[in-house]
Amino acid sequence: MIRLDARGEPSRLMSILSPVIALAITIAFAAAMFAALGKDPVRGLSVFLFEPLNGVRALTELGLKATPLILCAVGLALCYRCNVWNIGAEGQYLLGAICGGGLALFVTEHGIAIGRWAFFPLLIAAGAVGGALWASIVAVLRDRFHANEILVSLMLVYVANLFLSFLVFGPWKDPNGFNFPQTMSFAASTAVPRVLQGLRLHWGFAVALASAFAMWVYLFRTYSGIQLQVGGPAPAAARYAGFSSRTALWTVLLVSGGLAGVAGAFEAAGPMGQLTPHVSMGYGFTAIIVAFVGRLHPLGCVLGSALLSMFVIGGELAQSRIGLPSALTGVFQGVLLLALLACDTLIQYRPRWTRTPPRASSGGATSS
Amino acid sequence: MTAPVPRLELRHVTKRFATVVANDDVALSVQPGEIHAVLGENGAGKSTLMKVIYGALRPDAGEILWNGAPVHLKSPHEARELGIAMVFQHFSLFDTLTVAENVWLGLSPKLSLQSVADGIRAKASEYGLEIDPARPVHTLSVGERQRVEIVRALLGEPKLLILDEPTSVLTPGAVQKLFVTLRQIAATGCSILYISHKLDEIRALCHRCTVLRGGKVVGRTDPTLETTASLSRLMIGADPPKIVHRAPKVGKLVLRVRELTLGKPDRFGVALDHVSLDLHEGEVVGIAGVSGNGQQELLAALSGEDPRVDGHAVELFGKAVGRKGPHGRRKMGLHFVPEERLGRGTVPSLSLAINMLLTRREAVGRLGWIHGRALRNQTHGIIGRFRVRTSGPLALARSLSGGNLQKYLVGREIDAVPKVLLLAQPTWGVDVGAAAQIRSELLALRDAGCAVLVVSEELEELFEVTDRLYVMARGRISPPIPTPQATVEQIGEWMSGLWPAPTQEAKALEAPTGSGGPA
Repeated sequence: MIRLDARGEPSRLMSILSPVIALAITIAFAAAMFAALGKDPVRGLSVFLFEPLNGVRALTELGLKATPLILCAVGLALCYRCNVWNIGAEGQYLLGAICGGGLALFVTEHGIAIGRWAFFPLLIAAGAVGGALWASIVAVLRDRFHANEILVSLMLVYVANLFLSFLVFGPWKDPNGFNFPQTMSFAASTAVPRVLQGLRLHWGFAVALASAFAMWVYLFRTYSGIQLQVGGPAPAAARYAGFSSRTALWTVLLVSGGLAGVAGAFEAAGPMGQLTPHVSMGYGFTAIIVAFVGRLHPLGCVLGSALLSMFVIGGELAQSRIGLPSALTGVFQGVLLLALLACDTLIQYRPRWTRTPPRASSGGATSS
Repeated sequence: MTAPVPRLELRHVTKRFATVVANDDVALSVQPGEIHAVLGENGAGKSTLMKVIYGALRPDAGEILWNGAPVHLKSPHEARELGIAMVFQHFSLFDTLTVAENVWLGLSPKLSLQSVADGIRAKASEYGLEIDPARPVHTLSVGERQRVEIVRALLGEPKLLILDEPTSVLTPGAVQKLFVTLRQIAATGCSILYISHKLDEIRALCHRCTVLRGGKVVGRTDPTLETTASLSRLMIGADPPKIVHRAPKVGKLVLRVRELTLGKPDRFGVALDHVSLDLHEGEVVGIAGVSGNGQQELLAALSGEDPRVDGHAVELFGKAVGRKGPHGRRKMGLHFVPEERLGRGTVPSLSLAINMLLTRREAVGRLGWIHGRALRNQTHGIIGRFRVRTSGPLALARSLSGGNLQKYLVGREIDAVPKVLLLAQPTWGVDVGAAAQIRSELLALRDAGCAVLVVSEELEELFEVTDRLYVMARGRISPPIPTPQATVEQIGEWMSGLWPAPTQEAKALEAPTGSGGPA
């Protein structure tokens, strides 16, 4: 059997390299899988690793996909650093999409004259409020009733999903939409301003990058950011210092919920231009992987988002170019996360093969 | 004449870690039936050496001979099979299980629980150790838990018993009992390796002594022929610094606790039972007692970490502070050095500089912006003043040895120039030189008018620095006694909870200050 012994001082270099090793394992796995499916591994890998980076259009598409991932992952990294296991960014994202999309729908239906740049901050505010409200349910339940935030936040994803379906199948359905579950297309004035003519990349990408940078400054250069990070690894130290764990809980949930909500609003009013039940492509869940690949560091999350976006785009391309299902994306994401967690474990612990189970020891202390 | 074959012999044992040589060419030999002391300051390499002998670490060089034959121990399991047993400083017992169940866990599953219980009873009565195998461990005192560990070790019929700082958790009376047991064990032919930095104990108990300093053997001697001073000189390589203790100039009452009664904070905590104490400006007050008798709970109530105190039970500068948190009390001038350095006093995964922010806000500017340079300079000042051995302000808290981290922690709070300073085990695990420095800093604080409360298990330390003493036992507190009038025997007796009921005279003395106090 295999036993894991804690390493005294985990290597710093290795813990930074861990995502790189995990990526290498994932690539090797992908190559083997392409070969097993009878496809050329080089061609398959280039679809995932090269084509999403090839040319201005491809890069802007990458940025577009990365935008919601960065926003969600930065918030999640904050939560995880504080030991608040919010895995419901998907639900907070959906509520942001509902609020942001709802606002755009309101403007569209009432024919309100408003400029794109005037609507942009309103859209951000609506998304942030929606996401933060959804996350505040988690905070209330955890704070007042000690409900487990992992379960509550996850279950609220399904509630949010059904709520969105209710809206687009019911009251918000486009009367001229041939009964499809979708809202009418939003007015052009509500669209998120685009960075370049003819490309879908919008200024929300800049907002995402700015929020990652702001989070980096907040976490490492402000007293409040440090306070939040004490309670996670050392609750007793937070009590000793007098840092409130309740404040930390509320802060991280509202901030991460707000960021996820903004991501949802951008997606609804940006590339989608309407609300459908498929406004998310699982960004909120993918962002969990991004947060860990990014070592829970805001700037790492940006890199992680770029990588995971490549997977998403690569999956779509794989379908059209080489006739493989886009579900491959999910497989590769899973392999990447598994490899990463395995690397992290092996950095913290040293595996040892033992022939006899340890319980057969005679006498003496059980710990060593 | 040929020398008898030693039970255990180490030759040229060297163990290196990344940056330090923990054991450097160490030689050691232990005869059957010998009680052999391994003496050294913290960080001298004692623990590493014991782990090498117990198979938990493998030496980089050198050899280990067991009864004259070389052995290569790969695990503690192999060491136990040879007959080496170890009693750790921190017990590995499960609170919710009974004594017999705990012992049973480490044994072959083929034995029945009943036979294990019988074995414990037999071993215990053989050595005069009182243990009831049916009692749950959480009902046992620390001394009793240690007895369980010793009996568990003895059940394996060891030929060599290693004890790591066994007396650090015992009352003076319990120490004497332990010594009787250890002598009895040695008389059966079992060798004992006794690790300690307490010189008088080594002189009283051990036959031979090997002194380690900086990983090297610096002396082998018969401790019974040495004085405490000469042993100390061997251990630290210099005379210990002298502490000048002037008469206190006691000022106003600053911290006043009246009839503080609190339920257990958790299942294994201790309830506080009508605790009253006074702390004045310019005095050092000590609280003696075996750990786990309510000291932790009292300190949490005083520091503000336990928010359950209501009304006027705790008053700071005449104001009730029951509802004020640690930060609010710190702003009033009350600082606290907790017993747990990692995880409470510091966050292990953060740097020393960032850890300053737990209790210090000088480097925090407007809008909560942290001035990095100011913070590093502040940290640097503490590292320098308290001679913390570290790579610098950016070193992670967990990278420091226990003693060094303690210097940092005490330094951080003393440097804040507190009006009231609470300390739990201020010199626990700190080397002799640094301990003396911490103690003299405490006295300097006192002379500057600070009120200092020291909770410690080491009576020697309390007698050295305090002006008045309280004793805690089972959540209750004794009446105060001026330190010069106290004796070790008396305090030792009080530590079992046997102190005289407060006399009329003492009550009359308390009355003028006790406006909101007991009826």
